[in-house]
Amino acid sequence: MTALLQVQNLRKRFGGFVALDGINLDVQAGERLGLIGPNGSGKSTLVNCICGTLQNEQGTVHFDGQLMNGLAAHQRTHRGLSRSFQLPRPFPSMTLAENLRIPMLYTVHHRSGTPLHADNIDARCHELLQLVDLEKKARHLPGDLTQVEMRKLELARAMAAEPKLLIADEAMAGLSHAEIEDILALLMRLNQSGITVIMIEHIMTAVMSFSQRLAVLVSGRKIADGKPEDVVRDPEVVRAYLGE
Amino acid sequence: MRMPLFTLISIVVAIAVFMVTRLPNIEYLFVAGYTIVQYIVLATAWNILGGYCGYVNFGSAAFFALGAYSTVTLATFGLQVDELVPESLAPYFHLIFPLPIPVLIVIGGIVSGIVGFGTGYLTLRLRGAFFAIATLALSVVLATLVVNWDFVGGSGGAYVVRPGKFPGLGSYMQYLFLLMLGLAVLSVVLARWIERSRLGYGFAAIRDDEMAAEASGVPTLRLKLIATTLSGALMGMAGAPFPYYIGYLAPASAFGLEYAVNSIAMPLIGGTTSWIGPVIGTILLGTLQQVTTVTISSAVNVLLVGVLLIAFVIIAPNGIVGLVQDRLRARRKG
Repeated sequence: MTALLQVQNLRKRFGGFVALDGINLDVQAGERLGLIGPNGSGKSTLVNCICGTLQNEQGTVHFDGQLMNGLAAHQRTHRGLSRSFQLPRPFPSMTLAENLRIPMLYTVHHRSGTPLHADNIDARCHELLQLVDLEKKARHLPGDLTQVEMRKLELARAMAAEPKLLIADEAMAGLSHAEIEDILALLMRLNQSGITVIMIEHIMTAVMSFSQRLAVLVSGRKIADGKPEDVVRDPEVVRAYLGE
Repeated sequence: MRMPLFTLISIVVAIAVFMVTRLPNIEYLFVAGYTIVQYIVLATAWNILGGYCGYVNFGSAAFFALGAYSTVTLATFGLQVDELVPESLAPYFHLIFPLPIPVLIVIGGIVSGIVGFGTGYLTLRLRGAFFAIATLALSVVLATLVVNWDFVGGSGGAYVVRPGKFPGLGSYMQYLFLLMLGLAVLSVVLARWIERSRLGYGFAAIRDDEMAAEASGVPTLRLKLIATTLSGALMGMAGAPFPYYIGYLAPASAFGLEYAVNSIAMPLIGGTTSWIGPVIGTILLGTLQQVTTVTISSAVNVLLVGVLLIAFVIIAPNGIVGLVQDRLRARRKG
């Protein structure tokens, strides 16, 4: 069986700086993959190259059997690749419900072929807001939200695109323990509904409890990939995090 | 059935405005009214790109002038048919020319729309101040072209003779005013439709955060091109009847800075997120300008725009509509 996401020999440079140096990564449908690495190791650049925010110079990205190279970010979203941003990027002039309307109008609407009815969209918005416990604030602006609510909105908007693969880029940074549990439970529920999830995270307890497989990036290279328990004991990974 | 109702109301309002303007039988009211209504079209057009998408266009004058000079080109061609066209074809051309103004409006819209599309394609990679500078540059480039093109009068300008009467209406000025009211209805109805459509949500997403919009599946480049094309086309349509209004068109008047400045100031004062904002801003500022032109001097206009802009940036950065919305929201919460 071919993987849902296949990244082969991916390279990305910023001027003279090599941000990604020949990354290979396969993600199977339904899998929960954790992606870790020190700051500046290229995690977000990898996400940006997979999602089309940046275009890679070498290598290929295949998603669902299709070559993604050269496709713009919105085209990849239409094909089922969805991501949340490390720093939440809500649409500040729109209410929470309207924030979720955008991916529905432009991605789900586009994909289904038959136009979504306005009532369906409203119902779906409230369903999603309920899922992330924000339905009481449906008519508020993102400016009124707390940090954790903002992260939830970010995830809800990524989910509103009804993706096959969701990439959560540090959805838990800066949150309290209880809040992390909240988001973890949410991602778990999503995975159980059939969505493949890549979680990028610094909080190791969260990554360890969530991931079925763990990949480690250091200086633009993948230095480990395997079962989480094995990977964290890998001497190279330990060296990258703790030094000699 | 809400959309047609709004169109109907707009048309009724436009007809009412026309009738009221006719009542006192003062020709000047049509002259002043034309300018104000023309700015409703320009401000609404600017707002489609500037207010809805967040791209500040400083080149409104260029699109306006393109429409005006399309008219001048065709009018001049109409006068010189015998010299420019083979003798055998000339009679056919005489059947078509001079073109009626509604046709000229459509042509002006097409020309400006095409240039809007092209400009958008070349400049939409730029954001913020850089996009504004690029559009300002377009204005300068086009003005230079026109100054050096003798067919449309070059730097000396061109005369377009306005017929004295329009059958059934009275003075030709009234006809022009009526046409401009029609254009205003068209642009306001279009703006309101955009605002409530899928397109409007996409535009708002672009204005708020382009990267997040792309990630949500919004084809940002395509939407921005639609906005520049529509916005440019409406401005060109507003400019097409202008040579008939002014009678003598010089590059300095067609490419005047006041078009660029007013097209920005009016939506900003009224509010940029809704169709009503540019309309309110234009009626307020446009009327004030007409009054000061008559009572004080036309030079005070520029000062007036400056002072009002500064005042609004301080008191109501989201315009009059924004001010009202904030009040309503505060009351709902309070």
